[in-house]
Amino acid sequence: MRKLLFALLFAPLAAWSAAVGYRLDRAPIDPTDLVSLQSGAQLFVNYCMNCHGAQYMRYNRLTSLGLTEAQIRDNLIFTGDKVGDTMRVAMTPKDGKAWFGVAPPDLSLVGRSRGADWLYTYLRTFYRDPKSPTGWNNAVFPNVAMPHALWLLQGERALEIAQVKDKAGHDTVEYRWRQLAPGALSPAQYDAAVRDLVNFLMYVAEPEARTRKTVGIVVLFVLGVLFVLAYALKKEYWKDVK
Amino acid sequence: MSEPKMDKTRRALVAATAAAGAVASAGAAVPFVWSMWPSERARAAGAPVEVDVSRLAPGELMVVEWRGKPVWVIRRTKDMIDSLKMVAPRLTDPESRASAQPPYAKNEVRAVKPEIMVMEGVCTHLGCSPQLKPAEAKAEMGADWVGGFYCPCHGSKFDYAGRVFKGAPAPLNLPVPPHTYLSDAVILIGEDRKGA
Amino acid sequence: MASRLTALWDWFDSRMPSVAEEWRKHAAEYYAPKNFNFWYYFGSLALLVLVIQIVSGIFLTMNYKPDANLAFGSVEYIMRDVPGGWIIRYIHSTGASAFFIVVYLHMFRALLYGSHREPRELVWIFGVLIYLTLMAEAFFGYLLPWGQMSYWGAQVIVNLFGTIPVIGPDLALWIRGDYVVSDATLNRFFALHVIAIPLVLLGLVVAHILALHDVGSNNPDGIEIKKKKDPVTGHPVDGIPFHPYYTVKDIVGAIVFLAIFCAVMFFAPEMGGYFLEHNNFIPADPLKTPPHIAPVWYFTPYYSILRAVPPMFNSQFPGVLAMGLAVLVLFFLPWLDRSPVKSIRYRGWLYRGWLAAFVVSFLVLGYLGTEPTTVWGQFGFDAFFLDTRDVATWAARFFTIVYFLFFILMPWYTARDKVKPVPERVTM
Repeated sequence: MRKLLFALLFAPLAAWSAAVGYRLDRAPIDPTDLVSLQSGAQLFVNYCMNCHGAQYMRYNRLTSLGLTEAQIRDNLIFTGDKVGDTMRVAMTPKDGKAWFGVAPPDLSLVGRSRGADWLYTYLRTFYRDPKSPTGWNNAVFPNVAMPHALWLLQGERALEIAQVKDKAGHDTVEYRWRQLAPGALSPAQYDAAVRDLVNFLMYVAEPEARTRKTVGIVVLFVLGVLFVLAYALKKEYWKDVK
Repeated sequence: MSEPKMDKTRRALVAATAAAGAVASAGAAVPFVWSMWPSERARAAGAPVEVDVSRLAPGELMVVEWRGKPVWVIRRTKDMIDSLKMVAPRLTDPESRASAQPPYAKNEVRAVKPEIMVMEGVCTHLGCSPQLKPAEAKAEMGADWVGGFYCPCHGSKFDYAGRVFKGAPAPLNLPVPPHTYLSDAVILIGEDRKGA
Repeated sequence: MASRLTALWDWFDSRMPSVAEEWRKHAAEYYAPKNFNFWYYFGSLALLVLVIQIVSGIFLTMNYKPDANLAFGSVEYIMRDVPGGWIIRYIHSTGASAFFIVVYLHMFRALLYGSHREPRELVWIFGVLIYLTLMAEAFFGYLLPWGQMSYWGAQVIVNLFGTIPVIGPDLALWIRGDYVVSDATLNRFFALHVIAIPLVLLGLVVAHILALHDVGSNNPDGIEIKKKKDPVTGHPVDGIPFHPYYTVKDIVGAIVFLAIFCAVMFFAPEMGGYFLEHNNFIPADPLKTPPHIAPVWYFTPYYSILRAVPPMFNSQFPGVLAMGLAVLVLFFLPWLDRSPVKSIRYRGWLYRGWLAAFVVSFLVLGYLGTEPTTVWGQFGFDAFFLDTRDVATWAARFFTIVYFLFFILMPWYTARDKVKPVPERVTM
């Protein structure tokens, strides 16, 4: 037992295994903000759906974002798809693999596999890298095969990764960002756009999340009522038992 | 230890808890029962189908799939339309009283426009799809045949408005699905769209 | 109306009296100790979860497709396109974890009160068989969503069977039905999960309850209530009929359980990635292993033990053996426990200490199994004995030893332990 305590005492001083990776920013998404979600939907079909599908998401499900089927058809469907069809992409996995080295994954569930914070940070940390096949690299996902699909909005940035010593003398990594060329949006506007897009992706990953919580409240209320009655019944019968 | 009869409080509590439990159980059963209704995928597959009839020649039959069933769209010639009155005495239900059709198809020609007939090509006997037999097929269909449809499974015969002939095993006229003319040339099959 | 119903019942009862007889034998006249406490809810809760899993499972099977190309998509189809399908899916995924929580607490009750001791050894043995069958059911079921964790978890576990000397590789091939986990494996795991194992499970549960009812239930004082019977009625003086007293009490227990269950299901179905793992939202890719595979949380204590044992004689088999023994040792518990008393209330500090150590080991091993072995960093030096620089591996090895010692030393410390005199009558 003493040996274990001794060992545990030393653990914090031991060198941390390298690179926990780029620190993720918290994604400031509001799942109840329908305007944000609609904006995110538009960004998704305009910037992402050339390569990425959301094959488990039906267009007509987007009516729960406050859109009519006509609005969906006019603003979000650029192919011959019907509003009841799923958001499939024209690119086949085979072509995607040939063109990018890896097929662009379907994004229906990326909100659940990666999480909002990861997506929010990922989409904001692309930088110019002459050594990569696409000319782009990413701080959260090093050597990613995806180019910066939103570069027109964010502009071009460079990243310098420096090994420095922090105040306590430990080795840390410092990320120094530099804007090379401006994009159509200011940094604050770009962050808001990415926030909307991530909000939408989280919605796509689980469209019934809001209903789930509402139903949950009703169910717990019913169980509460049942509990009161059942407990009274139990107490009544157990009067017999001393 | 058990009393012969439950006292009032006990009985009331049992009843109240049982009632609440029954309500909660019914509620719990809802998602399971609800899950067996057609899914979004089935409903999307059953979505209405647009048909362009501008290229449909007189006398030509077009078959489109709607809800997994064959739907016939036929451009009737004048002879075909005339034949409808001729065969009326030989039909089981000439006024389509018992069969399924929308109100705008409950007329002499069973159609919005006499020259275009839309109906499901599914025999009302046991579900086979009948074949088009024009008036010229008198050799196999009989001397009094003025044209229509013949079901090869059990011999039911239908006229150019899908109405069943007497003596056939099929009990009803062919169903007419809800449909809307989006324009003169385009029919939306499967939906009654008002003011399209 | 009432007389009509009575007449109907009489008609039925005269032709099939065993229904009323079994009801009397197992409920209305099954005399259970009157001092059941919190730990005694988990048996009926386990039965409740079994029913929940079967019902939700049936409805999932209506839409699930056991084909490697279609499986993942069919689960999303259930989640999105089937009306109310998402509820059914979450019930089943939450229920799987709930089943293990309830079963672990149910088994812990036995360790507390000596429910495995004579004359209830068979009840315990059927119980351990149920536990093993439940693990198999969970393992087969977990492949079905065909996510990355499903696929690679199955690949790793089946390969474990491949380490068994002589028969291993052929055994793994036979289990898989292919050279790697594939559509063949998925289909047969589906058949086993949906019908074969549930039938076995139901049979074992019936045996477990019948064996219990034949000898009568234990209680928190560990004394046999059948020893003191009322001379007039013949019933144990400290016994009360299961119905209505425990039916009414277990209903309250069930409602509280369902409230917790529903709170999790509706507000945190993923439970931070422990109930629904993040990697399982990625379709299975036979060419790409996720950087961090771990089994589902309820298997992690044994996974820790497996990982803690280093390769010996060029084989991983010793680790597999240790993992297997960690479960199989449970069968021997009735004979390892040599204490003259059953319940922890009257045992001494040796048993209490070792039981606490066992619980801590199980929990720490469980946690470590969910993380990579580097989770607690490295020692700055070579740790004496136990031969490793990973703090976590050192801890896993230490707690594996504690885990086994709890059982191995039990005949010695339970016999030596100071015990208190047990009461004549149960204490409430």
